[in-house]
Amino acid sequence: MAVQKKRTMSPLMRQQRRWGLIFLSPWVFGFLAFGLIPIIASLIFSFTDFRLTSGEAIQFNNFENWRRLFTQDTVIKDAILNTLRFAAIALPLSIVMPLLLAALLNSKYLFGKSIFRTLFYMPYVVPIISAIYIWRGMLGTEAGWINRILAEIGIKGPNWLQDAAFIYPALNIIGLWTLGNAMLIMLAAMQGVPTELYEAAKVDGAGPIRRFFSITIPMISPVIFYNLILSVIGIFRYFEVPYILREDQSANQAATMFPNVYLYKEGFALNDMGYASVLAWVIFVLAMGATILIFMSARFWVYYGAEERD
Amino acid sequence: MTTQPLELTTTKARSHVNTVPAYFRQLKYMGAVGSVTLFALILVSAYLMPFAYGALTSLKTREQIVTSANGPILPVDHATFEWEGQQLQLYRVTLPDGEERELARLPESTLRMQYMLDPENPTAPPIELEIRRPQLQPVWKLNPHWENFKLVWEGQQGMVRLPRLMLNTILIAVFGVIGTVMSSLVVAYAFARFPLPFKRTIFLVLIGTIILPRQVTLVPTYALFVALGWKGTWLPLIVPHFFANAYNVFLFRQYFMTIPRELDEAAMIDGANPLQILIRVIIPQSFPVIMAVSLFHFVYAWNDYFEPLLYLQGKPELQPISIGIQNYNYIYDQQQGLLQASVLITLLVPVALFFMMQRFFMQGVVVTGVDK
Repeated sequence: MAVQKKRTMSPLMRQQRRWGLIFLSPWVFGFLAFGLIPIIASLIFSFTDFRLTSGEAIQFNNFENWRRLFTQDTVIKDAILNTLRFAAIALPLSIVMPLLLAALLNSKYLFGKSIFRTLFYMPYVVPIISAIYIWRGMLGTEAGWINRILAEIGIKGPNWLQDAAFIYPALNIIGLWTLGNAMLIMLAAMQGVPTELYEAAKVDGAGPIRRFFSITIPMISPVIFYNLILSVIGIFRYFEVPYILREDQSANQAATMFPNVYLYKEGFALNDMGYASVLAWVIFVLAMGATILIFMSARFWVYYGAEERD
Repeated sequence: MTTQPLELTTTKARSHVNTVPAYFRQLKYMGAVGSVTLFALILVSAYLMPFAYGALTSLKTREQIVTSANGPILPVDHATFEWEGQQLQLYRVTLPDGEERELARLPESTLRMQYMLDPENPTAPPIELEIRRPQLQPVWKLNPHWENFKLVWEGQQGMVRLPRLMLNTILIAVFGVIGTVMSSLVVAYAFARFPLPFKRTIFLVLIGTIILPRQVTLVPTYALFVALGWKGTWLPLIVPHFFANAYNVFLFRQYFMTIPRELDEAAMIDGANPLQILIRVIIPQSFPVIMAVSLFHFVYAWNDYFEPLLYLQGKPELQPISIGIQNYNYIYDQQQGLLQASVLITLLVPVALFFMMQRFFMQGVVVTGVDK
């Protein structure tokens, strides 16, 4: 095979290759125009005083943006801390909840599976703006249903959105509506686990819980891994919910200052494109760092044995 | 030697003993089905409860929302009884003889002393009751305000009307669907069928763009669109989708791999060039995946908030619904009923689309998620 490949290409092969490149070209152009070049450009911008409002030429500003980041900027520090506080709940939730829901939907004892699957997935297609306004009402201090339910069982509900201790649980409650996708993917993966494995384990005397942790989870670990990566990326691009809630003063301002909200303020409200680029790179480096860590951890817990390699 | 009779007795014994455990097992199974399904039902109700909140709130007036804060969750008014040109409020009271009646409270009542009129016999002298006013149980009358939806649909002075916002959204979404389907289709075709230099590496880079945070390209892309004079137009929301997207390319490629190559080859022998093969062989075979990609993009465009926020600020008449509805939030600040009505109208389109086309959605999600 390899020897054959090395031989000079036939005219047909060459022609095929030309067609292939033509068909590939939209992506190549898009990747350059909206991917690679902007990434490099944003790094260059981060060293300049670029402002869209001023007509003046862009000038190198002697590392002032980066100096500001490392010496003066306390907002970004708080924003990153807020992200960690949020992620501490969001990350486990984004794996455990879809996993449990998928296990429930995969249960042989569940009647009406497809209806439940549809209903649990459905909020995923709800526009984020609608979800936010509905949940803001649900989380209302007096008339919100969550606090009213709590009152029924004798608990005085908190001020979810203004109290800095409750804002992260509240944001995560709002985020629950987006877990349908992960749930479906995990469900499909669970359905793909060979039944022989379960039968063998049953013969060996493993109960349902043992089977779930010793067979289901390892067998679907590639899918868990994939969803973990997507969740981490999602956390570093978290913007809409805190932005919309703080814009109309519904939510605690300090606690909802996330890196992307800060980037938006600097770049698009204050027009400081240079500093916005610095912030973009901070987020980029953090996101990449987290992603690489997860990739490195993969070999300890992600099981690829079932996969056929081509 | 003794196998024959032994077997006979065991089968007989089994059939006799098994009738009871089989019955029990069935009962146990049904019990498990019942409890698991009930649990799922409770869970899904909790999960979808906010829709009920939104729907009920959208039917309320401001006064009914205040009532609801402590009273019933339904859109209700205090029932009244008209007497001599006055609207008297009805209360459910227990009379000293233990009888429960709905009575109308007369205005001469005080905090401690209630003078109540019997609506069934209003000419009779008022009934005197020694009950503190806060202890009176109001009689509620269901009164949903469906006209909230009409009010929102018609809008108010100085705001862009919902039909216009919806039309904007549909147009942006449809152009984007055309772009992303066409471009992702040809790119996926290239990956699925043609020899390319460094094909694996290029494919990995493509998939890698999924985990690229958008912020890192945001500022220069924005600057580019501003420089092109595209800010304040739909172009930044549409044009980038004409350059393929990793998810969609992946979805198409996976699907194309399942189409037998023999079909291509047959067409090739008939003299079709690769573009003709794509149009005549591949695309007609790919209806489900084209539907899935179109639906994903339509819902994405309908729900996208960030890009319209960047590029269409200050252009209310061009905004899609996601941004437009935010202005309703400020205008309807004190009228949650109207806001929730607008919220429900906004989410109706993607949710209805999902219910109608769920097969395509589900398949698409599963392919992108599991195959990776």
